[in-house]
Amino acid sequence: MTTERDYGQLLTLTFSTPMPYEWSIGKYGSLFFHEIRAHQRFIGIRCPQCGKVYVPPRRLCAPCFMELDELVILANLGTIMAFSVVNYPFPDPATGEQRPIPYTYGYIKIEGSDNIFSHIINETNVERIAVGMKVAAVFRDREEMQGNIQDIKYFEIME
Amino acid sequence: MARRVAIVGTGQTDHRSHRPDVNGREMIYEAVKRALDDCELSIHDIDAVVIGNMDHFESINYVDTWSVEGSGAVMKPIMKVTTGGTTGTSVAIAAYYHVASGLFDRVLAIGWEKNSESDTTAAIITCSDPIWDRFSYSGAIPSLATEASAYMKQYGATQEDAARVAVRDRTHALNNPHAHLRRPITVEDVMASPMLAYPIKLLDVCPRTDGAAAVVFAADGVAQKIAPKPAWIRACAVRHTYTWFGDVDYNAGLVSLQGASREAYQQAGIRNPAEDIDVAELYLPYSYAGLKWIEELGFCGPGEGPGFIQDGHTDMGGKIPVNPSGGVISTNCIGATALLRVAEAAGQVMGKASQRQVPDVEVALATGFGGCFWSDMVILGTVRP
Amino acid sequence: MDNIAIVGAAQTTYERRKKDKTCYDLVFEMTKQVLEDSGLTLKDIDNVITVSNDFLDGRTISSMAVGEAAGAHDKNVSTVEGDGTFGALYGAMRVLGGFNTTLVVAHSKGSEGDVKHITNAMFDPIFQRFLGLEAITASALQASVYMDRYGIREESFAQVSVKNHGNAKNNPYAHLPMDLTIEDVMGSRKIADPLKLLDCSPVSDGAAAIIIANESYTSKAKTKPVWIKGLAHCAEAYFLGDRDLADPRSLRDAAEKAYAMAEITDPMKAFDVVELYDAFSYMEPLWLEGLGFCSPGEGCKLLDDGITTMSGTLPVNPSGGVLSAHALLVAGLARIIEAVLQLRGEAENRQVPGAKTALAHGINGPCGQSHCVWVLSSEK
Repeated sequence: MTTERDYGQLLTLTFSTPMPYEWSIGKYGSLFFHEIRAHQRFIGIRCPQCGKVYVPPRRLCAPCFMELDELVILANLGTIMAFSVVNYPFPDPATGEQRPIPYTYGYIKIEGSDNIFSHIINETNVERIAVGMKVAAVFRDREEMQGNIQDIKYFEIME
Repeated sequence: MARRVAIVGTGQTDHRSHRPDVNGREMIYEAVKRALDDCELSIHDIDAVVIGNMDHFESINYVDTWSVEGSGAVMKPIMKVTTGGTTGTSVAIAAYYHVASGLFDRVLAIGWEKNSESDTTAAIITCSDPIWDRFSYSGAIPSLATEASAYMKQYGATQEDAARVAVRDRTHALNNPHAHLRRPITVEDVMASPMLAYPIKLLDVCPRTDGAAAVVFAADGVAQKIAPKPAWIRACAVRHTYTWFGDVDYNAGLVSLQGASREAYQQAGIRNPAEDIDVAELYLPYSYAGLKWIEELGFCGPGEGPGFIQDGHTDMGGKIPVNPSGGVISTNCIGATALLRVAEAAGQVMGKASQRQVPDVEVALATGFGGCFWSDMVILGTVRP
Repeated sequence: MDNIAIVGAAQTTYERRKKDKTCYDLVFEMTKQVLEDSGLTLKDIDNVITVSNDFLDGRTISSMAVGEAAGAHDKNVSTVEGDGTFGALYGAMRVLGGFNTTLVVAHSKGSEGDVKHITNAMFDPIFQRFLGLEAITASALQASVYMDRYGIREESFAQVSVKNHGNAKNNPYAHLPMDLTIEDVMGSRKIADPLKLLDCSPVSDGAAAIIIANESYTSKAKTKPVWIKGLAHCAEAYFLGDRDLADPRSLRDAAEKAYAMAEITDPMKAFDVVELYDAFSYMEPLWLEGLGFCSPGEGCKLLDDGITTMSGTLPVNPSGGVLSAHALLVAGLARIIEAVLQLRGEAENRQVPGAKTALAHGINGPCGQSHCVWVLSSEK
């Protein structure tokens, strides 16, 4: 409860209490993480109407408003559709700590899917990364896996 | 039968990066007071209030009930409407339906944000899905960078093309006494500013602002008695197309804006947007949007955005001036930002935009942008629909 | 006001923790179910209102997580943050203002966050939050002001808990159906004096949806339309110290407006059943006073006289009320849905025979700062 910045006589109040949550991942999302742990590979889900494959698998194809249940095994390979080397510092909401920069946020089309999967690419040199490059997922060691998105460590560019 | 609705008054704060001299409620009051003064009403004339912002930016739950002393809603109906960046247009559209429904004659719409009270990026990151996206997502800028890169690749647009949009908006802001950033910049300044996430540089993006906006909506029959020249609502359309960032197809353009404009143009009878619309206040959070999104709006053809900007068609005195207020690149108090677009467009239609007035405005367009590449649109006009 | 009606209703069961379902799942299931109930398809729906809260869901722009699950992919959509009665109110305005059909859906999973933190955040950060005020402690203050003003005994509030948990035994959706005695309530753990555990509602997970249609669309739906005859909302001052907590002024104002729209002069005669927002036992008598069913201070007498029991002349909360199932945001929409079921004659074991006119009520903000009142009827 101190003044962080000097506004003369004007006081401010600091509040930094984290809010705890326990979010449900849901049926298909849980399967996705189980599959990574068991077989180090991705699964997606296909819409019976439009044929689109979504990864991570979800319950619904929005344009068709159709419930999905046809799981599809996918490779842990993909193509960079877009990327951004992030250079500005800000606190990570999960920890309150500042995230190390730079890091590369990537839009990756997993082979055999029709939407885009977001994750980190372990290359921060703009000269060595380009749209269209092939990438492969690198997973955590199995005993370290926790059933969350960080069970995928990052995607690495394939030479 | 829906009633016709018009905007009769607008108010906004003098936007700044920090307003340590007021708390949120006091800042809201400033905008409300100015809106009421603008149309010479008192708070007693207001039948209902709609308010919106983004909860986590100030960490206030139930902003509607927390704010009543500032909004003037003590012993009045108040409702909170919030949809992220589009909050301001969502609030405006909600106020429109409050009146159109026949339940209320005079309704106050309020949008506000004190961005200085939290780390905006840390807060915006929590809009991404906690299970899937929050680990890698790093706020609005990288997804916009993704869109910008795709556009540059598709049409050969350059960083200088985008810089011209930032320069235009910042130049227009010199005419707006309420704007946050009121220092002129050049294309060279933009190019030399620090790279945030390729190809977006510091001067390509909006600032973080403390500010509030308020707009008074009134019913047909009431509006004409309040304002000599009310700004009639000709159309409202909303497309919040996506739920997942991974579903956005950047090569298809801003699909939500294409959809919203199709619907709104049809409602308002607009066939040739660049001819039929006299001025546009667009929610352009970064410069590249100013190239690409005017194509989605049909101001020019696909890939023609950079030329349209360079030829000065969107400058003051041009074919269709864009953002006479200085736009979002000059002022961005998020929950207020889209409502400011509506307020500024209304000011143009009412002929009350002072130094930033575009002559003889009959039809004005306002847009909102936010969420997961969502778009809202409001069209205002001098002619009662 | 034009004739508009509720033509579809759906709700989940309410329970402590729906561990296998995400908010997206719940919203999708309710959307599907409310369409089935109404006999309409998604093509018949021209606009959508979702109801969510960023603190509850633990994300900024919480509406973003559920848009497509609500069928809003390519439609006009908006989001109300607050109780479901307010979301439904905006949905009704949109039908009155030109749309044909609004689908309104609310969800909450109180089990995922920490509700004390979340309701603490409703208090002013500068002056109140660090004092530790949250929904229960603030309500305890209100209960004690109310008791002190009219000399009410805790046993009178306990009686409400006994009645409503008992009613919940007839409601398959309720979270806490229970056979209780006044002694059980009085002997339950003190939470915040004078409130004991059984005076407080639970925190439930759940979701609900309704469809509101204009008159021409009511014939397309297969359900018996429930007509919206009156609706109003009102908020009073924010700081508890600025309010008379024993006098729900804003509720009185909203009720008067809603009754005027519905041309109701004597609410006790006009209504057959009431579903109100009893987050705590004391709220039921206090809100009944605000709704004009009795004079100030006489709310508890209505139950003493048996008027508000299932066999009385004005059954209140046949569903078991919010005391028996409290999914935040959803709870007000559930009141509307329970009223709809009563007026359709589909309330099964909790049916009030021959109910034709019903009242539904929701609240926002600390201690019922803001209220929303609905008058519904089986007759146009």
